[in-house]
Amino acid sequence: MISVKELKKRFGKLEALKEVSAEFTSGKSYALIGPNGSGKTTLIKSVLGMVIPTSGEIWVDGENVRNHWSYREKIGYMPQIGRYPDNMRIGQLLDMMKNIRKNPPILDEELIEAFKLEQMLDKRMHTLSGGTRQKVSAALAFLFNPPVLFLDEPTAGLDPVSVEILKDKILKEKEAGKLLIITSHIMSDLDDLATEVLYLQEGLIRYNDTIAELKDITGEQRLGKAMAKMIRSLEKSRQVAIGN
Amino acid sequence: MNIRSPLLSPHKMKDYIRYIFQSIFILLLFPVAANKIVVQQGGKVSSIKAALEQANPGDTILVKAGTYREGNILIAKSVTLLGEGKPVVDGDYKVEVFTVEAERVTIEGFQIANSGVSSMKDLAGIGSMNGHYLIVRKNDFVGTFFGVHLSGTNHVVIEQNTFKALLRSDHETGNGIHLWQCANATITNNTIRGHRDGIYFEFVTNSIISGNTSESNHRYGLHFMFSHDDEYRNNIFRDNGAGVAVMYTKNVTMINNIFDRNWGPTAYGLLLKDIRDSRVEGNRFEQNTIAIYMEGTSRTEFKRNIFIRNGWAIKLQASCDDNTFTENNFKSNTFDLATNGTMVLNTISRNYWDKYQGYDLNKDGIGDIPFRPVNMYAMVVERIPTAVLLWRSFLVFLMDRAEKVFPAVTPENLKDDYPSMKPYDLS
Amino acid sequence: MTRVIKYVFYDILRTRFILLYTAFLLLSTLAMFQLDTDTGKVILSLMNIVLMVVPLVSIVFSTIHFYNSYEFIELMLSQPVNRRVVFLGEYFAVAISLCFSFTIGVGVPVVFYDTGASGFTLLYTGLMLTLVFVSMAFLSSVLTRDKAKAIGVALLFWFYFSLIYDGLLMWIIYSFMDYPLEKVTLALVSLNPVDLARILMLLQLDISALMGYTGAFYKDFFGSSLGLIFSSVILMLWIVLPVWGALRIFKRKDL
Repeated sequence: MISVKELKKRFGKLEALKEVSAEFTSGKSYALIGPNGSGKTTLIKSVLGMVIPTSGEIWVDGENVRNHWSYREKIGYMPQIGRYPDNMRIGQLLDMMKNIRKNPPILDEELIEAFKLEQMLDKRMHTLSGGTRQKVSAALAFLFNPPVLFLDEPTAGLDPVSVEILKDKILKEKEAGKLLIITSHIMSDLDDLATEVLYLQEGLIRYNDTIAELKDITGEQRLGKAMAKMIRSLEKSRQVAIGN
Repeated sequence: MNIRSPLLSPHKMKDYIRYIFQSIFILLLFPVAANKIVVQQGGKVSSIKAALEQANPGDTILVKAGTYREGNILIAKSVTLLGEGKPVVDGDYKVEVFTVEAERVTIEGFQIANSGVSSMKDLAGIGSMNGHYLIVRKNDFVGTFFGVHLSGTNHVVIEQNTFKALLRSDHETGNGIHLWQCANATITNNTIRGHRDGIYFEFVTNSIISGNTSESNHRYGLHFMFSHDDEYRNNIFRDNGAGVAVMYTKNVTMINNIFDRNWGPTAYGLLLKDIRDSRVEGNRFEQNTIAIYMEGTSRTEFKRNIFIRNGWAIKLQASCDDNTFTENNFKSNTFDLATNGTMVLNTISRNYWDKYQGYDLNKDGIGDIPFRPVNMYAMVVERIPTAVLLWRSFLVFLMDRAEKVFPAVTPENLKDDYPSMKPYDLS
Repeated sequence: MTRVIKYVFYDILRTRFILLYTAFLLLSTLAMFQLDTDTGKVILSLMNIVLMVVPLVSIVFSTIHFYNSYEFIELMLSQPVNRRVVFLGEYFAVAISLCFSFTIGVGVPVVFYDTGASGFTLLYTGLMLTLVFVSMAFLSSVLTRDKAKAIGVALLFWFYFSLIYDGLLMWIIYSFMDYPLEKVTLALVSLNPVDLARILMLLQLDISALMGYTGAFYKDFFGSSLGLIFSSVILMLWIVLPVWGALRIFKRKDL
């Protein structure tokens, strides 16, 4: 569905993505993991066309995305920090998002209902709490029933009940055969939601395989433990490399 | 000794009375005796020349409509030539149409066309030397080199004529009404277009010019030199190449004239050069590049004039003194007053300036602080004409404000101490 | 694009700045007409507003607006919407709003008081300068990521075209005062939209004085249809080129 080939991105002096190549197939759920500033968001934004890569190619559904924009109707994006026009009401925002698409597909308003957003349609965006904003972001990401979902820290700032609602929804979509790419710092969430894991560090992919395989190698039962072990071993091999 | 006045001598008295009676008799007889000769093409008398041949002094020659091409027509008798139905007298671009040698000639109601053009002789529609008491009335001059060209001719009346020169280059166009060394002329209600100078006076004295319109002439609408004691009233000078020039003259009166749209780098509404003891009153100066340019002008009064939308209302050269400017209205001029000197020997008082921003606390209609009509930037433009392009820019605005706070360029004493708060009603 | 324009327009109206600006223009224009019966003098005062205030407000407002719309732009760009559409939508919405303010605030009174050709020139130059400075604001907005810096750049643009350029022009005129400069100054004036607008107004208000320097050259040039096309094309270039450059930058900009 999505393939990233030798992707590089520089911000001035900073090399955000050194060289990233990866394949993302439909029906799978990818956990994008890495320390702060490792290039997770840059990678997602590159695929979305919000960041223009320095070099490399991105293909979505057999189409090179450079200078294209219509492919974005296949992607639902839930940003890390949802930023919306301050003066808009939730209702207007939802209307606008529907209105802006020329041929909207069948809408998926499950999350709007589940989060009880209909009761807050008159609230202006700048009055919302961080959590409510996240709910709006999540609702928008799923609204157009896209085959691909990018979820950047989906559970951050949500109350426990909402977290569960969102996780259920994500699992449901995964079952439906969608491609999910999720970044999170909460390993237990990813353990539930993802089947694959991509570990990004300093703009390079250090690990790319299934979670099951990772657990197998490390001999750990939980993703968090397995990751920590994997990262330590990576560090060690690196130090050895440097030492040599 | 018997001393008696000659007039009271009975003998002389008788002579005198007889003389009076004779005079009355002749005066009574004269109109009866005067002939009327009718000129008509195909008629008994078919040319003006033939009629002049037959005519006696005092006769009237009535010319019927038609076109008469007779070369130069010399009028050597005191006759009245009367056109009926605007007969055309055509000079075929070769000759002077009428040359008047006699006194007391009247030429009325003709179209006088196409005089010759010469750089040697001033060929005219009507030319005269010493033909005193000439009357030129209600004629249309079309394509004449000079319209009326008079020298040494006194007591002429030129009225209700129109003059329209052909489109020719400058040196092929003469003046509309040209007077040299004349006195007591009356020039009224003529319209002059397209000539070199509309009205040209040199050494013409005690004359009245009124109600004329002089426009679109190549050089000056009115141009006079050494012409003392003349009066100009109610004329319109519009759109002339260089406006109106008045030079080397004293005791001129210019009242209620309109000077309009005289545009160009060397165009003046009114150019005054070496003028003394004159009066410029009630005139309207509108849209001239320079409304009044003064050089060597003394003891002249400028009163109740309107200056509106001119580039410069007044350019006062340092050589002017003892002039007074009072009760004039200055409105929407780019610059009200410009001068090249700092010495101020003229009086400027009680004018209305639309740029005045002062106040009148005692409500007497006179501003409480003086107005300085010389704009700093006018001085800059005086030196660098191109700089006018930056007029009304923010830069110039700042320069102007700075100058108002610390005057450095503008003459300190050139000011109106009693500026009027309201425009005078001068319409 | 109309959908994007609609939402931006809606957003602009809500900030109330546009309404304040409209009211300010309307009140000051009406006050001028009330206080002075001489419409020529009013046009003169309005000309200062057109040459100074309109560019300043246009460029500062547009820059601030662009940064305040960052969320909206980001949101749009995560959706299947063309970048060009988003950018030009923003531009047109801002340009239309400011032109609307000017038309209501200055245009209506000027037409109502029947000021003739000079009034229409005033409106024309005012609208053109509004568009020019909105364009410049968008350019300065995409040049830098930092809002404060962008406002700085915008003010610099304004300062340059309102004051610094004229200083340089004055210096050139002074240095070459002995040469015939009509055509050179015409070219130099065209390189500054504010100066071009000012000359168009001078031709209405100070034609008599202008004739003294340039003779009939400027009058004939700008009075002819060729001159009208020339000045319009130059002003259009001043509108289109900055937007075009800004769009090119925006298309490759990281959000």
